[in-house]
Amino acid sequence: MSVLVYINSQNGLHKAALEAVTYGKKLGEVTVITNGQADASLLASLGAYGASKVLVDRSVQSDDDQQLSNVISAAVTATGATTIVFSHDLIAKAVAPRLSVKLKAGLVSGAIALPAADGTVKVNVFSGKAFGVVKVNSASRIISLLPNSIQPEEVGGTATVEDFNGQAGEAKVTLKNTIKPEGDIPLPEAELVVSAGRGLKGPENWGMVEDLAKALGAATACSRPVADIGWRPHHEHVGQTGVAIRPNLYIAAGISGAIQHLAGVNGSKVIVVINTDAEAPFFKAADYGIVGDAFEVLPKLTEAVKKFKASH
Amino acid sequence: MKILVCISKAPDTTSKIAFTDGNTKFDENGVQYIVNPYDEWYALVRALEIKETSGGQVTIITVGSAADEAIIRKALAIGADEAVRIDADPKDAYYTATQIAEYAKTNGFDLILTGKETINYNGSQVAGMIAASLDFPLVSLASKLEVNGSTLTLEKEATNGLQIVEVSLPAVVSCAKGMAEQRIPNMRGIMAARTKPLTVIPAVAVEEMTSYVGYEMPAAKSACKMLTADQMDELVSLLHNEAKVI
Repeated sequence: MSVLVYINSQNGLHKAALEAVTYGKKLGEVTVITNGQADASLLASLGAYGASKVLVDRSVQSDDDQQLSNVISAAVTATGATTIVFSHDLIAKAVAPRLSVKLKAGLVSGAIALPAADGTVKVNVFSGKAFGVVKVNSASRIISLLPNSIQPEEVGGTATVEDFNGQAGEAKVTLKNTIKPEGDIPLPEAELVVSAGRGLKGPENWGMVEDLAKALGAATACSRPVADIGWRPHHEHVGQTGVAIRPNLYIAAGISGAIQHLAGVNGSKVIVVINTDAEAPFFKAADYGIVGDAFEVLPKLTEAVKKFKASH
Repeated sequence: MKILVCISKAPDTTSKIAFTDGNTKFDENGVQYIVNPYDEWYALVRALEIKETSGGQVTIITVGSAADEAIIRKALAIGADEAVRIDADPKDAYYTATQIAEYAKTNGFDLILTGKETINYNGSQVAGMIAASLDFPLVSLASKLEVNGSTLTLEKEATNGLQIVEVSLPAVVSCAKGMAEQRIPNMRGIMAARTKPLTVIPAVAVEEMTSYVGYEMPAAKSACKMLTADQMDELVSLLHNEAKVI
């Protein structure tokens, strides 16, 4: 089966892109389609994850959804792919639905696993409180894979890189400016996240959250009240109305665990909760809990992590 | 400006999530439906703000049964001028988006707003599919929207940060946090909503590209292991050896 995987390579190859290639490889012969100015040698390295060929449309610099859906659609025609894979990121959320209509291919958004033997795909629904099993009735299908659902696998191999003209057409959305976020690790892709809430009492106390995050190599996040009162930027807010994340490890300090917060983090593999209130609802969703003051626990945990890192 | 706001029903955030009929159907028993928060708080309220400053008309549209008229009246009470209900079971995003696009094609809207996703299916699909069917540009997950004549200036989340973008009308925009603040309908709004026009139109034939054939609940969490502040070395060791996450 011919599989086409779209990846965003504008800012290097993210882990989410490698996951999408690995996912595609498990379904068939993978061609990657991407856009922008990434080095051919970088794109060729996708061969290690199972891509046979990488097509790159150098003419498309932005993430305009109409241009990208035109390019991906042309790549579908060129490769005869019947399965198209995206990482379920902000680009996929705009482009995959448009492509679905253009190709009359059923779209499975937020897949968390490979298709079952009967072709059905499991997805996150009810904001992570349940899974849905989706059957695609059309001849072609589009699967948008939630980040951190499978791990990238190196299979060895090399990919050829070819320039591709996908007849993108004109961008109708004009990019005027980009405001880069602080922090190095994009929150939705982070494997380790340290998060804190009102229990920290003020923005001046975030140093100890950042210290722990730095010791672990984690991204930082926060609860909704903290973003709403301006202690932390909105892009750090995880929860139902903020960002939904599913890291391997989520450490929450001074967050009670309201249902709206849990909706954004309940896909985390392991949850550590630090709270002074032993009755905080978050402990019910946690794997490890510490009843204690974040002001005492966080520095001690940071020291323990540093000691561990020094000896491993 | 003519604005179409797409609303969907969603179970209240605190609803118990369960399934019936051999885990093939959502158990609606005791579930209170609300207007999907992203549709209500962000898309609808921003549409009303635009109307208040620049004039125009706000139409809400939903694909659903007569039972969904409670959420339609709620949206009218908040301030929408009129409502359209396409009388059908919204089978999947493609079905829903195609119904809405068919209506929009013959009714000339300048701006179509949706929430960024529903809180029950979380697909983020409908806005993009409407845009594709109408061949309109899409700005997804916008957190700010300003109208300058026939141009929109928006702030949106992107993979590399926040982007400021411009687009000409007509356009489709999916709305995320930051766009507007929730409004509570007042008594006058609630009274007025009873007499605002609600048009029910039949669905067009659309193939079902995807179907939900089953649901599963996540495995129950094992009991939380409790530690004290003095056991941080032990916690790190558990995270490394037992949980294998660091």
